[in-house]
Amino acid sequence: MSDLDPYALRPDFPILSREIHGKPLVYLDNAATSQKPFAVLNASRDYYESYNSNIHRGVHHLAQCATAGHEKARETIANHLNATRPEEIIFTSGTTDAINIVASSLGRSNRLKAGDEIIISGLEHHSNTVPWQMLCERLGITLRVIPVFDDGTLDLVTYDSMLSERTALVAVSHISNAFGTVNNVIHICSQAEKHGALSLIDGAQSIPHQHIDLKVIGCDFYVFSGHKVYAPTGIGILFGRYDLLCELPPPRGGGEMIREVTFENTTYNDPPFKYEAGTPNIEGAIALATALDYVNNIGIDRISAHEHRLIQKAAERISALDGVTLYGPSDRAGALSFGFSGIHHYDLGTLLDQMGFALRTGHHCCQPLMARFGITGTLRASFAAYNTNEEVEQLGEALEKALRMLR
Amino acid sequence: MNISEKQQELVEELELFQDWTERYEYVISLGKRLPAMNGDLQTGDRLIRGCQSQVWLEADCVDGKMSYLADSDSVITKGMIALFVRVLNGETPEDVIQADMSFIDRTGLREHLAPTRANALTLMAAEMKKRATIALS
Repeated sequence: MSDLDPYALRPDFPILSREIHGKPLVYLDNAATSQKPFAVLNASRDYYESYNSNIHRGVHHLAQCATAGHEKARETIANHLNATRPEEIIFTSGTTDAINIVASSLGRSNRLKAGDEIIISGLEHHSNTVPWQMLCERLGITLRVIPVFDDGTLDLVTYDSMLSERTALVAVSHISNAFGTVNNVIHICSQAEKHGALSLIDGAQSIPHQHIDLKVIGCDFYVFSGHKVYAPTGIGILFGRYDLLCELPPPRGGGEMIREVTFENTTYNDPPFKYEAGTPNIEGAIALATALDYVNNIGIDRISAHEHRLIQKAAERISALDGVTLYGPSDRAGALSFGFSGIHHYDLGTLLDQMGFALRTGHHCCQPLMARFGITGTLRASFAAYNTNEEVEQLGEALEKALRMLR
Repeated sequence: MNISEKQQELVEELELFQDWTERYEYVISLGKRLPAMNGDLQTGDRLIRGCQSQVWLEADCVDGKMSYLADSDSVITKGMIALFVRVLNGETPEDVIQADMSFIDRTGLREHLAPTRANALTLMAAEMKKRATIALS
């Protein structure tokens, strides 16, 4: 496997050549969203220029082309994830939407009852916390949280002891967006299964950085957003095990999701359509499949290895700075979170912005995790295939300058 | 010096700076020099909501003149408040309420601020005026 050359990729991403405040953009906010290559931009444009039409049921040529493109995208995504069949792939507007769909469908099913428990982890994004809190409140279910060790990893021994016949669902992130912790999702899902609980893996931060094989992970649901993996915003995926998708009631009513409607009685369509009420984001689905093709052409393992080298180098460079605290384990993926004693992350972010750097500051939608570490937020650098060693070095120098100004 | 004269003085001071580094260094130095607020005063009712960093504001009216005390965990935010405090301290509540705080646009600082922070400045100005209104009633 040859090393990935990020300089060969950068011309694919038009935004990377722009300047910010008169300085070259250094984009290190990829955990929030990734930039888009021409291949993806062209796929969106080509859809609207050549075959835009509403899908399914259309007899005319354009409708058939659009339907074929949309359903081909489903197949590409199913193959990418190693799902058993394309019908296990539901198009959503993103990770948050996908989690809310599962919460809504489970909440209407007879799988949950008062006294049951849902387990999440202390690393979760608000989008994998609040939908479950809302469901628990509605149904009288208890939300339990896997504790986080000081190094930002999960206490899986405690997790094992939390599982019981009361556990209905375990919902955990594959990779923490705040700290870059890679969770042992194989263990988490297999233990859940042993206790008869369902498992949901939030893959928002793993899809851009790792080879995902759902048969290896062994989860019942896997969700992610297209925009984290070089695709547009507004498109995401809910993978669900086919028998579960058949069993659960639909989360929303409308067109597409029905088999037959009368005013007296309506019957529902089969998965995936049962979960896709209304006209979907057709262009988004096609662009997402194009983005995954783009990733596979480069090779996800090469991307993964390249990002790993960058994040190791960044951790090394930043840990040499005075007064720094690095969060998360040394073996991170995607994101590196850090802070400096006596310096507000927002001040550093503001000064870095003046130097052309895009980093994220704040709680990263993980307020309970920040509270666990007694901080209000961190500065987070997060990486993609197109980032370079040179950018990591520039970040180190920019941080030194900002720290000099603030101290 | 009245409020608009003080504002003009500040605008001229900031015009002396050549680039963003100098301008920010100046704001940071103002933030560092603004006296810290006693921790006992950093309570929820003095917190200005809507800022990414925490900002506390305490106001008093002594002999018909407003006196402001402010603090923030972000030194840049604190420097920005210091600009406002310098302009509004010692003025009558009526003058504070009437003051045009858009002078900050003429300092060239706003263009260097993220929209969330620029918004926090607007909130801060509104809050300082609100305290003046309370002092009058």
